Amino acid sequence: MRKSLFSRIFTWLAVLAVSVFSLFPFYWAIVSSLKDPSSLFKVEYWPSSFEWQNYFGIFEEQPFGQNIMNSIIVAGTTVILCLFVATLAAYALSRVEFKGRSFLLLTILAVSMFPQVAVLSGMFELIRTFGLYNHWGGLTLSYMIFTLPFTIWLLTTFMRQLPRELEQAAIMDGATPWIILRKVFLPLMGPSLVTTGLLAFIAAWNEFLFALTFTLSSEARTVPVAIGLISGASSFESPWGRIMAASVVVTVPLVILVLIFQKNIVSGLTAGAVKE
Amino acid sequence: MAAEVRLQNVSKIYNKNTVVVPGMDLVIPKDELTVFVGPSGCGKSSLLKLIAGLEEVSGGKIFIDSKDVTHESPSKRGIAMVFQSYALYPHMTVYENMEFALKISKMSKEEIDRKITEVSKILKLDDYLERKPRQLSGGQRQRVAIGRALVRNPDVFLLDEPLSNLDAALRVDMRIEIAKIRQHLSATMVYVTHDQVEAMTLADNIVVLRSGVVEQMGPPLDIYSKPQNKFVAGFLGSPSMNFIELKVDDSKEDSSTFSGDGMISKFSLKTKKGSLNSQETVHLGIRPEHIDVSKSLETAEFKFQTYAIEHLGDHSLLYGHVGKSDCVLKVDPYTAFSEGEVLGITIQKDHYHIFNSEEQNVADLSAR
Repeated sequence: MRKSLFSRIFTWLAVLAVSVFSLFPFYWAIVSSLKDPSSLFKVEYWPSSFEWQNYFGIFEEQPFGQNIMNSIIVAGTTVILCLFVATLAAYALSRVEFKGRSFLLLTILAVSMFPQVAVLSGMFELIRTFGLYNHWGGLTLSYMIFTLPFTIWLLTTFMRQLPRELEQAAIMDGATPWIILRKVFLPLMGPSLVTTGLLAFIAAWNEFLFALTFTLSSEARTVPVAIGLISGASSFESPWGRIMAASVVVTVPLVILVLIFQKNIVSGLTAGAVKE
Repeated sequence: MAAEVRLQNVSKIYNKNTVVVPGMDLVIPKDELTVFVGPSGCGKSSLLKLIAGLEEVSGGKIFIDSKDVTHESPSKRGIAMVFQSYALYPHMTVYENMEFALKISKMSKEEIDRKITEVSKILKLDDYLERKPRQLSGGQRQRVAIGRALVRNPDVFLLDEPLSNLDAALRVDMRIEIAKIRQHLSATMVYVTHDQVEAMTLADNIVVLRSGVVEQMGPPLDIYSKPQNKFVAGFLGSPSMNFIELKVDDSKEDSSTFSGDGMISKFSLKTKKGSLNSQETVHLGIRPEHIDVSKSLETAEFKFQTYAIEHLGDHSLLYGHVGKSDCVLKVDPYTAFSEGEVLGITIQKDHYHIFNSEEQNVADLSAR
């Protein structure tokens, strides 16, 4: 059906509005990061000059490379550990009959309701006891609190949709639960693993409060904290240019990851929504 | 080697009060194909899963040959199963699908290869070994599912409605295919279906089930011609057996006379001694092909009021009423009948059945 001119114009206006709303802040960050400090507060929608000093600056005046490395390690280990635990949990929660299964699922969901601040002091004590203060291991451990509930839920839902007969066929073939999970279920769960893994990665990558509380030295910080603590020469000066440059640097890896996996994400999020 | 399967007082109860199988004794003879047939919810699939070990019995014992396998794990029972949905591993090739069980049982690479080659030849799958299930047609997938079971050399071969996902034409082909595969196979086969044509054509033995109870077991033609009760009689055969409601006038030693709506002339039928009381309501069971039809009412036994005609080419079906009972006749396609026509019918005297008020067949079947 051919739409009327009016409705087409309206559609494109809506698309434009949404795009500007979501993309303009990022664009503004790029533009600002390319300005020198003196011209920062001039309103320009197009960069008049390309000044790379902000980008060099963030790496020179603080261990920003180390911070990025920390973030990658923390987010990476969080994802790996989280997917491992969540897959095992999801198998039990979706495939093994036991008493209190739905209660357990609700409890897991309830964990994600606690605001981070509420668990902050308790978590702090825990991490000190384990000797993980000011270490990336402490962050990985604490990030499990908010990544595990949703990964377990997503993977449980997905695993439930795998046909029961597939599992029974494997049982008839002599497969143990471990083999069923590894050789039959995991290969079929690729898209959902990528989706949940990526969501966990983003959550861990962006986390600020735990990262601020559980680290002390600037070498142990992750990027959100490092960016938050970038300071100028005096307390009256905010180095916006460098903050913007750092923001751009840490956003790029996420954008690349999402672009690589975007097909998987869509199919993972809508998997099983309609009968194939 | 084929093995006999024996169920001893086997019961299955879900959630403490849903009784699926109340307690069954059954011997499935070795080397034969036994079909479990019954309406949906009769417990036939549950029974298969109990034999397979995918579900635990609530009571009783299961023996394969003389070995008690009640608490044995499924893969150790010498059983292979073909599932209704095929349940092929979608990410594996045909070869890998068949290889899966053999690899787990730590069979050597050469032997695995030899077995798969052999089985894929029988099933005509040799050209598809490197394909994934999604690249195969329905019939091919079905054959892979059978192949996956065959390579394991099972003693007992279970098939759970294997043809129900195929379209009608393919179903006929696969039915013949399965009959052929049987010749290559020395295994006891248990086949579950709700399709009575599959049951009739494939089975050495049919087990008719209702609510987890064996209604009758025997060779297909026996069950077809000598049903023990009204349920079995009505379940097998298409169109199904006609049941004409009658009242017993008089029941002597070995024969009874009846009366009922639509009856033109009275006749007596041989019944088992002392099986009927006079005035008891019974059903005369007679298959559509065992009724003679005539245009004149004078020599007939019942009056038949036609209301619809179906022409099927090799025969035609007349739908109508005898008294208050519905009745179907199988007739010669070249005789002209019209809707609304009143016809006379006579039942063939060596094919009738009489079901008493408890729905048991009391016709004297000893001479048949």
